[in-house]
Amino acid sequence: MIAIIDYDAGNLTSVARAVTHIGFECIVTNDTKEIGKAERIIFPGVGAAGSAMKSIKRLGLDQAINYAFSSGKPVLGICLGTQIIMDYSEENNTKCLGIIGGKVQSFRFDEIRKNDTGLKIPHMGWNRIMLQKKHFVLSDLKEEDEFYFVHGYYPVPNDPAHLIGTTEYGIQFASILGYRNIIATQFHPEKSGRPGLSILKKFCVWNPC
Amino acid sequence: MLSKRIIPCLDVRDGKTTKGIKFRDNVDIGDPVEMARFYYEAGADEIVFYDITASSEKRDIMIDVVRRVAETIFIPFSVGGGIRTIEDMRKVLLAGAEKVSVNSAAVKNPEIISKGAEAFGNQCVVLGMDVKHVGKNEDIPSGYEIVINGGRTFMGIDALEWAIEAEKLGAGEICLNSIDADGTCEGYELALTSLISENVGIPVIASGGAGKPEHLYDVLTKGKADAALIASMVHYGTYSISGIKSHLDKNGVKVRKSW
Repeated sequence: MIAIIDYDAGNLTSVARAVTHIGFECIVTNDTKEIGKAERIIFPGVGAAGSAMKSIKRLGLDQAINYAFSSGKPVLGICLGTQIIMDYSEENNTKCLGIIGGKVQSFRFDEIRKNDTGLKIPHMGWNRIMLQKKHFVLSDLKEEDEFYFVHGYYPVPNDPAHLIGTTEYGIQFASILGYRNIIATQFHPEKSGRPGLSILKKFCVWNPC
Repeated sequence: MLSKRIIPCLDVRDGKTTKGIKFRDNVDIGDPVEMARFYYEAGADEIVFYDITASSEKRDIMIDVVRRVAETIFIPFSVGGGIRTIEDMRKVLLAGAEKVSVNSAAVKNPEIISKGAEAFGNQCVVLGMDVKHVGKNEDIPSGYEIVINGGRTFMGIDALEWAIEAEKLGAGEICLNSIDADGTCEGYELALTSLISENVGIPVIASGGAGKPEHLYDVLTKGKADAALIASMVHYGTYSISGIKSHLDKNGVKVRKSW
């Protein structure tokens, strides 16, 4: 069973529908016992870091997620979920879970518009990833595949070893992070058509060691 | 580099599309779920549903359509038409839509944008704007005025000022429909589109007037649009999404080619 963590942060039904579509069982839950029993964890989310962290703490999910990670269960972060696993987010000046070292910062027009004055914030739409290293979960992707992004903030990992893929949007930013049993995408695999579903499928059978 | 998005728009009344897809063998499909699946598989980057159901008792049919679409396609889709309250927005989003667009309700009550953005995030709230060219005057300095009721009611609001205001209120995107170009198949309103797109920081979807791939090229380059809405040119089978994309790609516009 896959537990999709519910912390009042939207978009959970899309992830559950996509996982069901590819033939895996999942539950959307904020029950720490269910999360403890699950074989793998998806940590999704759309919304703002501040209110997300408040809900996470109120529901005791911070400990549940940390425990799942340290016990070696496969964990998939998506969008806000990916940002929340970092140390700190500039958004609402929020202390986050600290599973991956580094911070989350906002896109700034003066940085992204150096070469293209037409770029908008949020970064919304389809974009490519450049893989910095191989990963089982990403092994079915083709070079020209694109993924659906919608975000105004992006993660900046401290350790380059945690960087798995980058994306170009005026600047290069980390769009896939991971180490050990966690993999985390800034884009939405559940909204990225065939290549997105392939990531979910691979995650559902991933045995990290 | 971000791709320009190509977005088919489906008008839905009482749970059925008003224009079915006419395939080459002339089979009509009027089921919005099947049309969504068709466009999803054909490489649409997003799909827009516009609910034109007149009676409020039948509006729940649309919620059911949204739920079934969400189980069928795995790309973003938005729903507009008849959204009047935060509760309407919540229903559509909970049923599985990625975004919800507000148009005349936002003109009458701009708070729906800020309240919607606060409740669901800016990225969920699309401002739909119907705009008519009226010429510059004191009240309408840009020369473009906001209209509602399909262009019959002039609101005395400047389109550019309204776009900037909506961004401040928290809209995550603008879907800009030119009433003058709509239905002509003679091309998008380029001057209007670039005017709005260059003066807001959020993405702009151009709508109204698409008749051939060259029109999309124009609005995505000269018109500075981030995305282009299309309807009859694909519904009637005159063009395919992959054909439109390969035209854009050949001419140097970045589009998503792998799906």
